Amino acid sequence: MYKYNAFDTAFLAERNAQFRGQVERRIDGSLTEEEFRPLRLMNGLYLQLHAYMLRVAIPYGTLNPDQMRTLALLAQKWDKGYGHFTTRQNIQYNWPKLKDVPDMLDALGSVGLHAIQTSGNTIRNVTSDHFAGAAADEIKDPRPIAELIRQWSTDHPEFQFLGRKFKIAITGSPNDRAVTKAHDVGLRMIERDGVAGFEVIVGGGLGRTPMIGKVLRDFLPQEDLLPYLEAVLAVYNILGRRDNKYKARIKITVQENGIDTYREMVEEQFIQRRAEFDGTDQELLKEIETHFAAPDFRDGSTEGYDAAYGSDPVFRAWVDTNLAEHRKDDHAIVTISIKAHGQTPGDATAEQMNLMADLAEQYAYGELRISHEQNVILPHVHKSDLPAIHAALKEAGLATANVGLISDIIACPGMDYCALATARSIPVAQEIASRFDELKLEHEVGELKIKISGCINACGHHHVGHIGILGLDRAGVENYQITLGGDGTETAAVGTRTGPGFAYDEIIPAVERIIKAYLEVRETADETFLETYRRVGMAPFKAALYPDSEKKVA
Amino acid sequence: MPRPFTPKVVTANDLLEGDVIYFTAENSWTRTLSEAELITDEAIAPLRLLEAEKHNLVIVGAYLADAKEGPNGPEPTHFREEFRRTGPSNYSHGKQEAEADV
Repeated sequence: MYKYNAFDTAFLAERNAQFRGQVERRIDGSLTEEEFRPLRLMNGLYLQLHAYMLRVAIPYGTLNPDQMRTLALLAQKWDKGYGHFTTRQNIQYNWPKLKDVPDMLDALGSVGLHAIQTSGNTIRNVTSDHFAGAAADEIKDPRPIAELIRQWSTDHPEFQFLGRKFKIAITGSPNDRAVTKAHDVGLRMIERDGVAGFEVIVGGGLGRTPMIGKVLRDFLPQEDLLPYLEAVLAVYNILGRRDNKYKARIKITVQENGIDTYREMVEEQFIQRRAEFDGTDQELLKEIETHFAAPDFRDGSTEGYDAAYGSDPVFRAWVDTNLAEHRKDDHAIVTISIKAHGQTPGDATAEQMNLMADLAEQYAYGELRISHEQNVILPHVHKSDLPAIHAALKEAGLATANVGLISDIIACPGMDYCALATARSIPVAQEIASRFDELKLEHEVGELKIKISGCINACGHHHVGHIGILGLDRAGVENYQITLGGDGTETAAVGTRTGPGFAYDEIIPAVERIIKAYLEVRETADETFLETYRRVGMAPFKAALYPDSEKKVA
Repeated sequence: MPRPFTPKVVTANDLLEGDVIYFTAENSWTRTLSEAELITDEAIAPLRLLEAEKHNLVIVGAYLADAKEGPNGPEPTHFREEFRRTGPSNYSHGKQEAEADV
């Protein structure tokens, strides 16, 4: 895991001291809000509906126990005792006071965390596979590259005033858990003839105009990454539209100019940019890689685990849903669900964060990950430790066995917090989870990703949900549109709208009708919702959703 | 025919606390919507907003929000303003928490 060097620490301390001065000058009246706003946004401080909100980056989703404890400390000392894990590997605090924010940033700085470029038209927090370094299917750990990109993009003078925000995701596995095809730039680590490199995908994105990214370069050697990224961004900076906020993202630039033109311009830029790189970045990368060496995995018997799996059905259910395959047979990847039925997706209390930090320290080689699906991961756990971990999680309300199931919902904060939202999303998620828990249908339904956004900006990734829900304001009333068939993985697809939207009190029954239709038309219990949808299409779901209009047609 | 004017209140967020505040007829700020000034004259509304913006050292983002007359003072007409005067629906935080403390 990356440890700050003297330069990093000094840079962050200076930046935090600058922000402290900016806050003081806003309070004493030397800065107007117009002057202060871009400064606070550069440091992750938003003003939302009911309060300020501080968004802290969790670079590529990796945390150590001390960092997690510091996130808990912020929640306890300066917020309301909890934090909200977001859909892009950040954590948000919903209730900070302006005067406290510099102290919060200093506390974060002491453990190598910051809120820089979590807002604004800059390169945002680089996200990655939450199973990085642990997954059985991984070619290579993408996190050293992600850290290199973090260092390169932080305060990069050329890219502080882009036409719009810019999001990069990177995966080292063929199974894409980082939604790379819905990012401005997606990087997939591949190998060709024994040479490490990337497939570079560009122009993906959700929001108002959802698009699946296109391949810009099918193989980019690893040492060319930074000059190539600079070329991609430089072309975007020149070509990207600044006249219309809704046409400003790179996906529109690529669409309007064509991928071939974009590629030609990038390749031209790339030749110039590459000449400016002298290999220092690759030296730095080598140094960064040493920080991410795999832990010294312990050996030992897994008999205790096998016995508990055989005798304890609650433990067994949790193992079956919340564990993923580790690259070492006697280890497992544990996903801790932050989606207890009826609770707010992604919200963890300070006590829960402290417990997860303790468990990581005691059992998981001091490593934690945060997923864009708003859960927490212990990436390396010897199987013999699973019963003890499960018991401790159960005590803290963290042992919900629902990962990948209908109640493991991604939801943005929606109109309960967000100033941009057009409808609520949290209560919809809470009610869907509670309803299917009540029906005891969750495990029978099986793998299903519901994603909910409270506005067109799609922070809840609704376009790539198997069932996507979008909350809108229709003539002063909350209204929810449904899309089906979205997919955020390597087989990425944007969901298709079912038809007219549903009122707030109609949306839960509507989802129930979709699920009922699925259970009726699926061929076997193993055919997932997405597979069924791809086989039968929209018709049976439409019929279930809009029975009256069917009658009218008949 | 021009649309009839919808009454307004001036609302903003407090600079230090970040919470929702409303402008009163006495040119002061209150945390309770029902104590706000309900502006019923279209010609006056922008002037009241300008007056409120003179307080920009202590407030952020003043704007005119639709409201209507209720038995105890102004009430919201849109659900966004209803949430702003109450707080989030997943926890009793925000203004509903302050009320619970009383």
